[in-house]
Amino acid sequence: MSTVKPVTRPGDPVRYRVPGQAAEPRFPVVSLRGAGVRVGDRTLWSGVELDVGAGEFVAVLGPNGVGKSTLVKMLLGILPPAAGEVRVLGEAPGRAGQRIGYLPQRRSFDASLRIRGIDIVRLGLDGDRWGVPLPVPARFSARRRAARDRIAEVVELVGASAYAHRPIGECSGGEQQRLLIAQALVRDPELLLLDEPLDSLDLSHQGAVAALIGRICREAGVSVVMVAHDVNPILPWLDRVVYIAEGGAVAGRPQEVITTETLSRLYGVPVEVLRTSDGRLVVVGQPEAPAVHTDRHAEGGKP
Amino acid sequence: MNWADASAGWSWNPVTDLQQIWAFPFMVNAFRAGTVVAVLAAVMGWFMVLRRQSFAGHTLAVVSFPGAAFATLLGIGAGFGYFAFCVGGALVIAAIPRAGQGGSGQESALTGTVQAFLLACGFLFVALYKGFLGGVNSLLFGSFLGITTLQVAVLTIVAAAALGALTVIGRPLLFASVDENVATGRGVPVRALSVVFLVLLGTATAEASQITGTLLVFALLVMPAAAAQQLTARPALSLALSVLIALAVTWTGLIAAYYSPYPIGFYVTTFAFSVYVLARATRALNTAVGRHRFAGAGAGAGAGAVA
Repeated sequence: MSTVKPVTRPGDPVRYRVPGQAAEPRFPVVSLRGAGVRVGDRTLWSGVELDVGAGEFVAVLGPNGVGKSTLVKMLLGILPPAAGEVRVLGEAPGRAGQRIGYLPQRRSFDASLRIRGIDIVRLGLDGDRWGVPLPVPARFSARRRAARDRIAEVVELVGASAYAHRPIGECSGGEQQRLLIAQALVRDPELLLLDEPLDSLDLSHQGAVAALIGRICREAGVSVVMVAHDVNPILPWLDRVVYIAEGGAVAGRPQEVITTETLSRLYGVPVEVLRTSDGRLVVVGQPEAPAVHTDRHAEGGKP
Repeated sequence: MNWADASAGWSWNPVTDLQQIWAFPFMVNAFRAGTVVAVLAAVMGWFMVLRRQSFAGHTLAVVSFPGAAFATLLGIGAGFGYFAFCVGGALVIAAIPRAGQGGSGQESALTGTVQAFLLACGFLFVALYKGFLGGVNSLLFGSFLGITTLQVAVLTIVAAAALGALTVIGRPLLFASVDENVATGRGVPVRALSVVFLVLLGTATAEASQITGTLLVFALLVMPAAAAQQLTARPALSLALSVLIALAVTWTGLIAAYYSPYPIGFYVTTFAFSVYVLARATRALNTAVGRHRFAGAGAGAGAGAVA
């Protein structure tokens, strides 16, 4: 697949981790072999083959309710695979939680939640440690200083410094999404799992957040697996797409997968892919999944 | 007892007033118990407000009434009843999936149904224990009279244990409270933390009920925490403010109740309510001033972020 090109633009923040060099042996960050998943007695999909290499940007696409979020939950180890083999960062799902950044699907934080954005980012760094931090001033604790610097760095990276000290409920959807990406990034993960991060953002913010994720993927060499229902905002950064339909899936380069032939074969009905004058892709005639939208609404409930 | 009967009236000199109040051992005990309860309730209440579990807290408070009434009926100390019913109630709420979080009407309806039934049971127990009728008022609206040194010791030990447990789970609990899905992804045991927190909340409710009465527990559980969260969005500062407010309203409530014939629950609640109103007003004022200033400061902040 594509090599990680160090792209630098004027005004870009300094990269904080050198991307893996091409000479380095490439083990797949995520590997699915004939994987399938069941929720209750319904098989959402099966027979999925996918390899995600280091520093690759992969989108998971498909109609609503087809089990895209379920794929992410399976990679996190919250839901076991019903069939096949799944490896994440060379281990069984759930074992490499420390090296994965996760951004769940959500609408937004409650407007009355009185916690600062920077506290949300901080929880991403040490929120799973027991005990409470001792109230030692940062002057006397190297660890506190390191934590503070790391948080400031990652907040700066996503461009959220101007509002990171405001209560998160008062931030706009795009600002909250940037802070949540900072939270997912704060531990310097090797893999980012993003579940519809562009959902609920308006068009201009969609482009900006997509560009931010694409930049992080390219510059920091972080592999990204992103669930999306519209491929267009992220199309310029994509290395690979996985298109999930009821039952099966196809994976490959966007140009190969998002075509009239491939999608018609996947869905078993005539589907047409159109290209607009500005290069956007439009899929016409894609069937909706059966109206069981449990995975969209079970958020925060039972996995 | 009224203003004229009090051995000496309010003198406007806090030192002599406190000396006068603390001359009575029962008042010293009341202050000790009040202090312990205020600290515990403020800390647990802070997490409760953050987690939006006020309805669960309310249910636990109401459940403590039949608990105390039943214990009195059996002839054992009311304290046993408070703790048994509150912790038991917490376990029941924990067993109902996602109850008390306002997630589903069905589940909060179930909690409400059980709560109303237990309240009714409480009145039955009171009716069965005929000589007890005079005590209903203090059960519901609080009393600071007759707190024994033993009671203070029990309150202190239980509160210390509960705060110790909360210290251990504090940070993951905060994570699970504000960001449940990400916390789950990071391997935080969200469900177990929720159960442990409800039991701790039940403990705090049982303690606070003994001072404020079961209907006004919220004065110490919700109001200081809600006011503190209005004033600041920094977690540590907010928690500290919550404790300070709870201590202040409890102490002033005790003093006011000592000098007047009305129940302590009324005073603590009224003072806490005033603090909450003031906190909201302060925040509204700050927001208005901030917006006014924003036009000038915004350009500078924006430039700083880009650089």
